[in-house]
Amino acid sequence: MKLKTLGLAAAGAAVLFAATVLPATAQEKQFVPGLMYRSGPYAPNGVPFANGLADYFKMVNAKGGINGVQIEYEECDTAYNNDRGVECYERLKKPGAAAITPLSTGITYALIDRATADKIPVLSMGYGRTAGSDGTVFPYVFTLPATYWSGADVIVNHIAQNEGGYDKLKGKKIALVYHDSAYGKEPIGTLEALAAAHGFELSLFPVAHPGLEQKATWLQIGRQLRPDWVLMWGWGVMNSTAIKEAAAVAYPMDHFIGIWWSGSEQDVTPAGDQAKGYKSANFHGTGTDYPAIKDIIKLVQDAGNGTGPRDEVGTVLYNRGVMNGAIIVEAIRTAQDKYGKKALLGEQIRDGFEALNIDAARLEAMGLTGFMEPIKITCADHEGTGRAFIQQWDGKGWNKVSDWIEPNRAGLLRPMIVEAAAAYAAEKGIKARDCK
Amino acid sequence: MTAPRAFLPWLIAVPVAIGSIGLLFQLLGGLVPSFFFAWGYYFEVLIAGLLQGVMYSLVALGFVLIFKASSIFNFAQGSMALFAALTMVGFMEMGVWWPFAFIISAGVMVLVAVVIERVVLRPLVNQDHIILFMATIGIFYILDGLGQMLWGSDVKVLDIGIPRDPMFALGAIFEGGILINQYDFVAALTGGVLVAVLAVFFQYTRTGRALRAVADDHQAALSVGIPLKTIWVIVWSVAGIVALVAGIIWGGKAGVQFSLALIALKALPVLILGGFTSIPGAIIGGLIIGAGEQVAEVFLGHFVGGAIQDWFAYMLALVFLVFRPQGLFGERIIERV
Repeated sequence: MKLKTLGLAAAGAAVLFAATVLPATAQEKQFVPGLMYRSGPYAPNGVPFANGLADYFKMVNAKGGINGVQIEYEECDTAYNNDRGVECYERLKKPGAAAITPLSTGITYALIDRATADKIPVLSMGYGRTAGSDGTVFPYVFTLPATYWSGADVIVNHIAQNEGGYDKLKGKKIALVYHDSAYGKEPIGTLEALAAAHGFELSLFPVAHPGLEQKATWLQIGRQLRPDWVLMWGWGVMNSTAIKEAAAVAYPMDHFIGIWWSGSEQDVTPAGDQAKGYKSANFHGTGTDYPAIKDIIKLVQDAGNGTGPRDEVGTVLYNRGVMNGAIIVEAIRTAQDKYGKKALLGEQIRDGFEALNIDAARLEAMGLTGFMEPIKITCADHEGTGRAFIQQWDGKGWNKVSDWIEPNRAGLLRPMIVEAAAAYAAEKGIKARDCK
Repeated sequence: MTAPRAFLPWLIAVPVAIGSIGLLFQLLGGLVPSFFFAWGYYFEVLIAGLLQGVMYSLVALGFVLIFKASSIFNFAQGSMALFAALTMVGFMEMGVWWPFAFIISAGVMVLVAVVIERVVLRPLVNQDHIILFMATIGIFYILDGLGQMLWGSDVKVLDIGIPRDPMFALGAIFEGGILINQYDFVAALTGGVLVAVLAVFFQYTRTGRALRAVADDHQAALSVGIPLKTIWVIVWSVAGIVALVAGIIWGGKAGVQFSLALIALKALPVLILGGFTSIPGAIIGGLIIGAGEQVAEVFLGHFVGGAIQDWFAYMLALVFLVFRPQGLFGERIIERV
């Protein structure tokens, strides 16, 4: 009897401990959900990004967390599928979710209304709905550091530099090969505006998912239209197929420029030597020569805790995952300055995003000097910089072949963003916030 | 004498159809200023489409072989191609020379066939076709997951030395010549040889005759002593090797990755058109679909916004279906009540 009583008392104490002490510990963890894809046709591109993001959080945790608050990161596999993305979001959403990373323009489109209602920030870093950059209409959407519209402007700027100035673009032919989805269609409006402004002829070539079939597209480009430049908004197998088909019609690779989602090792490696000279935009550094990345190697990979293989660290998509993680961590840190060093709610971290000011000093503290450009976010402007550079594949690695290029945000893109956001607000009956 | 006679209408109809479509486009080019047409370019697109069509045929062939022998629509054919290609690349990455890697991978596919027969087909003998079809959906996911678990989900480079540079033909007739992709040409040639070998195997060997007997009537074949289970293993093995060749060719183009499993979708319109039970149907169907979708995309695509080739292939197949419900070469099934 005595033993039984003791046992019961111990069980009771354990339950009490679990009910009191454990939630207190859990409160010290900041929950971060991630909608990644490790399966499906786009997995080869989704996996390194997901690994970079997870490893960054592990590194931050290994260094003591964000002001002592550990990150509790949970992934859900969307397979780059919109309905699964929404399902994942519904499963992972909770008031304490710091920010959601949809890693898909289609899923971002599907989540904007839901996440806004649930007061969870959506970080669509370099993808998603460009109009979301207008914080007065989209208070929970963040598109930093650059949108597709900025990407399009940056690439056309690079072309203009190569041609000898914007005035030399008149009469030139530029083709856009794009994934026939919300993602691929995103830059069309900007490119049409740029074509009208600078007098170049824009031709559009949609490619159906997943993009294994592009022979007809490239026969038209390489044998009929023969454009001066080709731009690509592709993803996954579409990118490598396009590079091979471009080579098959002898299109010059150094006149073929992809957006940042068409410029990873996964895109050029299958094409072998044929990909030499291919260019793409990018907004962060590659390689491992940054203190934060070295910390990941030391504290995560070498400790046997790496999410993926060691040789993946430093590749384009891995480093993009790292950047995504770094921005979320900085938003949490900034929010903590206002609300205290504890686990916070999504709407509090939204304020952290809006007060984000990653300047040179902060970049140095983060161990990411030279990795990315300084970013300052405001209540109205959720994009920040829009700056990007052009990199070129030499058969072995990516080389930076341009300086950071400033898109024409003030003169062209910002008014377009405000106009598109206003149209969205009118359609949805949203009253714009006053950010003044 | 029957075979040449059967092909005679094709020998006349095909050039007439190609010429008529070309003339129609030429006429359209005269009427619509933005419409570009040149005979050299038209033939270039047509040849590219035909070469692509052989590769579709190769995928469709895997379906036909299994459907003929067991009336199962093998949903897993695409994942078999992916699994086979992943296995081959896996061995090549270990330093095995590609012909040996090919032989080992073919052996692995035979092993897969044996396992499928033992674990999936044998317990389901005499079940409805829909049950067997659903079992193949299970095989699809198992092979897909197993392949990626064993060899990883990275994009893998598969290069067996097929030349990739563009070549130009008939420069004297057409200005600028006709561009032919060397890779597609070699791939089509390989596919053609494989199809010819299979046709001979099934037409003139004892196993081939047994297979055709099984295809006609399982019960009758069993009653005359044809071992059904052995035939199934052989057919699944051959389909596995065909999947390996298809996987190598498609994987060589875009890298070996999950998307390869989706090439099975390209075989469906070919099967609808050519019939599920005919090897010549798979070949001719592949050629028609390949050429048809490329010509449609290039010359008609921009009228409707482009990216039409995927659904156009199905539309083309359905149009044929209206006139020949059993497909071009499929068996006409008449059930008497």
